[in-house]
Amino acid sequence: MVAPEFSTIASDLLRWIPLIPLCATVLNLFWGRAWGNRTAGAVACAAVGASFAIALYLFWQLPANGVLRDPVYTWIESGLFKVNVAFQVDALTEVMLLFVTGVGFLIHIYSLGYMAHDEGFARFFVYFNLFIFFMLLLVMADNLVLLFVGWEGVGLCSYLLIGFWYRDIGNTIAGNKAFIVNRIGDFGFILGIFLLVTGLARQGIWTVDFLELQKHIQLLSPAMIGAITLLLFIGATGKSAQIPLFVWLPDAMAGPTPVSALIHAATMVTAGVYMTARLHFLFVLAPATLSLIAWIAAATAFFAATIALTQNDIKKVLAYSTISQLGYMFLAVGVAAFSAAIFHVFTHAFFKACLFLGSGSVIHALDGEQDMRKMGGLKNRMPTTYWTYLIATLAIAGAPFTAGFFSKDLILWEAFSRGAMILWGIGLITAGLTAFYMFRQLFMVFHGESRGDDHAKADLHEAPAVMTFPLVILAIGSIFAGWIGAPEYLWGSRWEHWLQPMFGAVAAQESSVATEIFITVLTLVVVAVGIYWAFAKYGRAAAMGAPSAAEQGFFYRLSLNKYYIDEIYDYLFVRPFTACSRFFAEFLDPRVIDGAVNGAAAVARGLSWVWCGLQTGNVQHYAAGLLVGTLALLAYFLGQ
Amino acid sequence: MVPLNYYLILSAIVFAIGVVGVLIRRNLIVVLMSIELMLNAVNLTFIAFARHLGSMAGQVAVFFVMAVAAAEAVIGLAIIISVFRQSRTLDPQNMQLLKW
Repeated sequence: MVAPEFSTIASDLLRWIPLIPLCATVLNLFWGRAWGNRTAGAVACAAVGASFAIALYLFWQLPANGVLRDPVYTWIESGLFKVNVAFQVDALTEVMLLFVTGVGFLIHIYSLGYMAHDEGFARFFVYFNLFIFFMLLLVMADNLVLLFVGWEGVGLCSYLLIGFWYRDIGNTIAGNKAFIVNRIGDFGFILGIFLLVTGLARQGIWTVDFLELQKHIQLLSPAMIGAITLLLFIGATGKSAQIPLFVWLPDAMAGPTPVSALIHAATMVTAGVYMTARLHFLFVLAPATLSLIAWIAAATAFFAATIALTQNDIKKVLAYSTISQLGYMFLAVGVAAFSAAIFHVFTHAFFKACLFLGSGSVIHALDGEQDMRKMGGLKNRMPTTYWTYLIATLAIAGAPFTAGFFSKDLILWEAFSRGAMILWGIGLITAGLTAFYMFRQLFMVFHGESRGDDHAKADLHEAPAVMTFPLVILAIGSIFAGWIGAPEYLWGSRWEHWLQPMFGAVAAQESSVATEIFITVLTLVVVAVGIYWAFAKYGRAAAMGAPSAAEQGFFYRLSLNKYYIDEIYDYLFVRPFTACSRFFAEFLDPRVIDGAVNGAAAVARGLSWVWCGLQTGNVQHYAAGLLVGTLALLAYFLGQ
Repeated sequence: MVPLNYYLILSAIVFAIGVVGVLIRRNLIVVLMSIELMLNAVNLTFIAFARHLGSMAGQVAVFFVMAVAAAEAVIGLAIIISVFRQSRTLDPQNMQLLKW
């Protein structure tokens, strides 16, 4: 594989994209509370809006096959090893930039309404802007080390925002869980970086720069590349919630709903997909890792979808759905269809953000109620939320000509056409499951009779315009965002063309258009079955609150309890670890370590007892000592 | 004329009295006086040797010792007064603040 030649253009504008949200963070950190909610919110939104405007401007500036670069300064220099703080924007980064700042901007506006009555309003926007800064650092970094800084930074912001309502200990515990599980993944990630750098250094190349890495990647042995990609993928499983490290994401729903929308659905969790796409030149050389990724991804997609079937918490359903959709993205990565993966990242950002914000609107209206068994009948009371939710649900289910239809179909088609039949089959079934659990949610929340108490019914109101406006925009995006990536038999994909310089030309497909259409129709049939099944079970049922016969079943309980994964992890890892820690804390540290230290001190004290008797504090004793010494010296010298 | 040895023996006796006074007395003022006694015993030897050897150097040394003794007495008494103000005692055995 020959590394493609890029024309590099310097541009000072790039640094301002992450810098403006950082400035807003600092301003709100010091003056946010003094300024009051209006100004603090305006500063935060304006900063992200400004970044979005610059990103849009760069979209027109960016030449085909071109890279915009902005070397800011040299951060680390040690012999031949050098790390720059430098930004680069190519087609891949530009895509990420547009939706991180664009969707981020909409969610910021939504948060103005959602967080309006929260006492931590300014603090919320400090964290939010800081998150945008780190996310932009992550996608704009021109080297692995700077990417890792952004990677850790978004993890930090995720932790801060999950535990945003820190007075409830459960939220703090959820934040800790997210942070610790991500540390495990990041451990693999950083080892991967070390291995990559030292591996190349042994060949005389000292670099972490993406373009340089791509140029010299042939110097590494295949085994080395396999190990590096495996370690990097462990990092991705943590950040992007894949088996086995997905357990933190459902708990992360403890944070405010805009956080779930921005961080745990649209942007941060897709960082793993972005990272693999950014290092695609590495991953394509490691077919074993790729097939492992594909299998783990397909398993994750299916597994999370089956859990989502029975969850009763409105946000938990969306969380498992996010894990499942991330599985689709990695499935595309696993079959080396990087542009399809990024396409699904892009469309998913719209409809999943829309779904989360819609659920936030419902939770807001019901005064914090998240149990879907106590909802129902919201359709007429909250029309805007309902219609946008319906559109986003159609999009994620993959209804024809919505965003999810194009991107999910593309992934399934890539899997099929590259011969991964079993993976394709799993993806197909998962598509049906997705349709089922999303429509189950829609019916439970919006249709039928209201099952809330009378107090909740009286308060019921549609969200204010500041919250419905982003919903409408995102719903429009949920339909049209996919249209730029339509398959060839419709009007052709501008998407492939746009990302082609990044990932190289896709090999000409052997299969005919007829097969492609057949696959699409098959997917649609499965999706339709899923929707019908949901309608049959939940669309007409009057008493959705009561457990049905199916709920007594073994598989139902297995799914409802998330396959007891948390409990299994608890027994396998958490308890042995805490037992080990307890052994260290209660035996090894006080007895052995402290015992050794205190023992040494006791020995010293015992020995010094002899000598400290000499120090009486009495001046006359010292004077007597002087006299004795003098006499002894005198006797010695006189005796000679 | 008194022989030199007589002076030296007297001086040694006075010096020994001073040493014992410094070591055993329980009153700081007496301790200070004992120090003066030791200094004067040394002065006596200086004078005796100066006379015996016909040299002025010993007498010069005596003046130095007297000047130093005066200064020492001033500082010593000042310290004793401030110590007494603090602790209402002049017993050196009670002054152990700096002991570990």
